[in-house]
Amino acid sequence: MTGFVYLKDVVTLKLNQAVCNGCGNCLIVCPRGVFAENGPEVRIADRDACIECGACSLNCPESAIEVEAGVGCAAAVINAALGRTSSACCCSIEPDTGCC
Amino acid sequence: MSAQNINGQSQTCCSPGGTEAGNREVFAGARLDQSFVAGSLETPVGLIPRVTAALTREDRWATMKARWGVGRLDYRVDPGVYALNRPDGKSAVLVTANYKMTFDRLRNSLPGRDAWILVLDTDGVNVWCAAGKGTFGTGELIEKVRSCRLAELVSHRKLVLPQLGGPGVAGHLVKKLCGFRAGFGPIRAEDLPAYLDDGNKATAGMRKKSFTLRERAALVPMELVSSLRFGLLIGLVFFFTAGLGWPGDYMANLATHGLLAVTGLTAGLLAGAAATPLLLPRLPGRAFSAKGALAGVIAGLIHAAAWWPEGGGVPERLEIGGWLLMGPALAAFLAMNFTGASTFTSLSGVRKEMRLAVPLQIIGAASGLILWISARFAA
Repeated sequence: MTGFVYLKDVVTLKLNQAVCNGCGNCLIVCPRGVFAENGPEVRIADRDACIECGACSLNCPESAIEVEAGVGCAAAVINAALGRTSSACCCSIEPDTGCC
Repeated sequence: MSAQNINGQSQTCCSPGGTEAGNREVFAGARLDQSFVAGSLETPVGLIPRVTAALTREDRWATMKARWGVGRLDYRVDPGVYALNRPDGKSAVLVTANYKMTFDRLRNSLPGRDAWILVLDTDGVNVWCAAGKGTFGTGELIEKVRSCRLAELVSHRKLVLPQLGGPGVAGHLVKKLCGFRAGFGPIRAEDLPAYLDDGNKATAGMRKKSFTLRERAALVPMELVSSLRFGLLIGLVFFFTAGLGWPGDYMANLATHGLLAVTGLTAGLLAGAAATPLLLPRLPGRAFSAKGALAGVIAGLIHAAAWWPEGGGVPERLEIGGWLLMGPALAAFLAMNFTGASTFTSLSGVRKEMRLAVPLQIIGAASGLILWISARFAA
């Protein structure tokens, strides 16, 4: 099931196509199918699907991708707002389903 | 049997459970006497704990408990290298986290296969969360490759990383830093056999994170347990204060007003912590709190219909109306908290949702509470 989409037009993802070398690392690590091949480079095909996990940006050898990486977790936002830094994430720690 | 460990000390006992706690030093951290270790494998670098794909009843029971929040925060295996069945110098190296549920999921997906499992120290947290925190990270990976003397264990120079380790590991830097080339395998351990058989190629489907009904249902117990942690206390407070202020006997009031309060709270809790996760794609709206509020309104209407007084008085209606506000507010809050367990929310999105949803939840809960309290003054 890949049909889930969260809010529209909020994510901070930016791709600088001028420096993209088309290696395709972002296509491999993105778990949401955000990127697509676009000739010799890569383009953002489904921006609203981005969850800002930061995998693409970290795995881009040309630093062509910028994103304010974080975890989309309300409890973590609340904990951070309350200054509970030690438990910034609630973490249900499931194997390969959601974080926090 | 005896073998040399990396410190040159003799390790004389290799039977599981047969040694004192001191053997943590045996080989790069991973002890041989962990309950799930089936034996040991003698290698050029020392004795390595050996595991199989089969999960025991004990493994399954512990996983079930963890899903209900029991022992969940300390459910881990020793970091280090493990032998799955009987690997040799050509066998694949699969990297994972030291959360036991993750480790078990991985080995259970590879029946009859030989592989090395390199377990990073993620403080007992799963791969995706740990990658987000950076504990499943490039530095930790390099450290484990070195301390486990992987270069002496295998003749190839390839690591298979779980794709969801991507937020923590910069794959292209690994080769430069430790000589091993890091390749991202599939998201799900279940897809590993197909990935390995296809010459380490993942299909597009293997690269997309799902969130099926089954995956969502597995999360519901934990949602219930964490919401009950404060829900029980709040429920007790509502129950015992519900009898106050109404005409008639306090104890008799508990059986009516007290029960009405507890069932109203329960309806909101179940709507937010169970119904919303399960019905997630069916509920309209994008914001989780909107989905939760809707589920809460439906649950609240059912609650109201069940308690609606025949030819009833205004006070009872006010009381029920209070729950029609408090229930959905609670459900919206709990549903909003499910964003963290879901697989498709972003931090920017959650922040945007919260800016509107949290004030509405507070207004809903507060006005519901005022109705509920004022009902008895109308009686």
